Amino acid sequence: MTVLLRLTRAETRLFLREPISVVFALLFPPVLYAVLGSVPSFQEAEEGLGGLRVIDLYTPIVVALAFTVPALTNLPQQFATYRERGVLRRMRTTPVRPAVMLGAQMLMYTCMSVATMLVILALGRVAFDVDLPQLPLAYIAAHLLTSLAVLAIGLLVGAVAPSGTSAGAIGFVLLLPMLFFAGLWTPRETMPDVLRTISDATPLGAGVQSLQDAAAGDWPHLLHLAVLLGWTVAAGALAARYFRWE
Amino acid sequence: MTQIEVQGLVKRYGDRTAVGGVDLSVRRGEIFGILGPNGAGKTTTVECIEGLRTPDSGTVRVCGLDPQTDSAELRHVLGAQLQESELPDKITVGEAMELYSSFYRDPADWRGLIADLGLTDRTRTQFRHLSGGQKQRLSIALAVIGNPRVAVLDELTTGLDPQSRRDTWDLIESVRDRGVTVLLVTHFMEEAERLCDRIAVIDSGRVVALDTTAGLVSTVGDRQRIGFRPSAPFDPGVLSALPEVFGVDRAEDRVTVTGTGDLLSAVVTELSRHGVSASDLRIDQPSLDDAFVALTGRSIDD
Repeated sequence: MTVLLRLTRAETRLFLREPISVVFALLFPPVLYAVLGSVPSFQEAEEGLGGLRVIDLYTPIVVALAFTVPALTNLPQQFATYRERGVLRRMRTTPVRPAVMLGAQMLMYTCMSVATMLVILALGRVAFDVDLPQLPLAYIAAHLLTSLAVLAIGLLVGAVAPSGTSAGAIGFVLLLPMLFFAGLWTPRETMPDVLRTISDATPLGAGVQSLQDAAAGDWPHLLHLAVLLGWTVAAGALAARYFRWE
Repeated sequence: MTQIEVQGLVKRYGDRTAVGGVDLSVRRGEIFGILGPNGAGKTTTVECIEGLRTPDSGTVRVCGLDPQTDSAELRHVLGAQLQESELPDKITVGEAMELYSSFYRDPADWRGLIADLGLTDRTRTQFRHLSGGQKQRLSIALAVIGNPRVAVLDELTTGLDPQSRRDTWDLIESVRDRGVTVLLVTHFMEEAERLCDRIAVIDSGRVVALDTTAGLVSTVGDRQRIGFRPSAPFDPGVLSALPEVFGVDRAEDRVTVTGTGDLLSAVVTELSRHGVSASDLRIDQPSLDDAFVALTGRSIDD
């Protein structure tokens, strides 16, 4: 087993020992989805939504929420705490580059996000008659691109925050507008044009639309893919620029 | 055979010079101490040796490797215990040992190692539940898990109670007995005196002395100090007049005499000539403390 996988396993074990993290990252999204799906009016097709049901719109939103919450709260807090307490510094004295630790965290959150996505899609299919994505490959690609963009933003927060606690707080403050533009409170379909245009330029706005398109059988728009790549590159480069091991 | 060679090491932080030209060489198999007050540049020096900092000038070699250019290889031959370097709260001792041993080409057997360090019954204990002494022992274990040729231990016993400190000293000797060269950073005189084969005294970023412990102590000469309570008042002048005596101090009912040679018998003989006997007699040999004061002009705790 490579060091990357060993570290990923060790980090995953540590993650699972934090009950609050487990509840928010792994249990909250499916529960939220089940609650939304149980609202009777959300299961009825609406003219204004092009014949879609509210629960159809919320499927990609909850999928995106599931990986965004840990990527913006746990990841930066964890990393800043590791830096604050010298965990990364100790690792620097071993043959393993601390960058492998970054890789292990990214891998762990990516695996968890795929797992929650599968749970939500299965739940939607079984309980609420939501169709599985018509273009599974496009769906996976949109999912990975979006989670990568969000993880890059999480790393940037971890890089610039002075402490673990402040990293968690900054991540949480970023989380709310990002979820707003993902459509958590007002789905993109019902947003005024101005808001939807702004949403197109945000990682979750572009991400949720791409997931929605792939689910409906269309390849995601180039604009949205470019937005996702842009956020990944910009946040990733800034995170690398400002990263301190100690 | 030299394991660590440092020549003309200079490191500045902004316009402050933390290390201003340090030279030292550490031989294979010795416990080499770097002794100095807080802020003397000890940690900066070892961080340059560990490759964690880039020197402004000077050369550093560890087992022939340049920490800056041969960093990957250095990590296999040098194990480091750093100040204020923790582990994740909820990782257990066994998990940490297993994980860190997987980082190395030729790791030591981690179960044997923690058995030697008396941590076997803590294998399943999470880091946050360890005592200060246990954390330090785990830290030593992680520093030598890769079977390094050199171990750097920085302020290992700071914050430990006296018993844990003594236990840790035994452990450091057992690390040396495994054939590992130990570079020990400390500001405890007693620790340096007890453990180190040779010591570099660092003050204000420079090496002010480098010698064996006995050699350093002998720099203060064979000065002795005798303290006692006289049975009756007497004129201190009678003692000051003795050729062996440098000085006489009185504090309340105690008298302290410093001097050299056969000081004790000279003092006792002179006192009895004046009908005075000495009780509560104490004789102090010069220590590393005295050597430090003589070298730097101040006590290490100042």
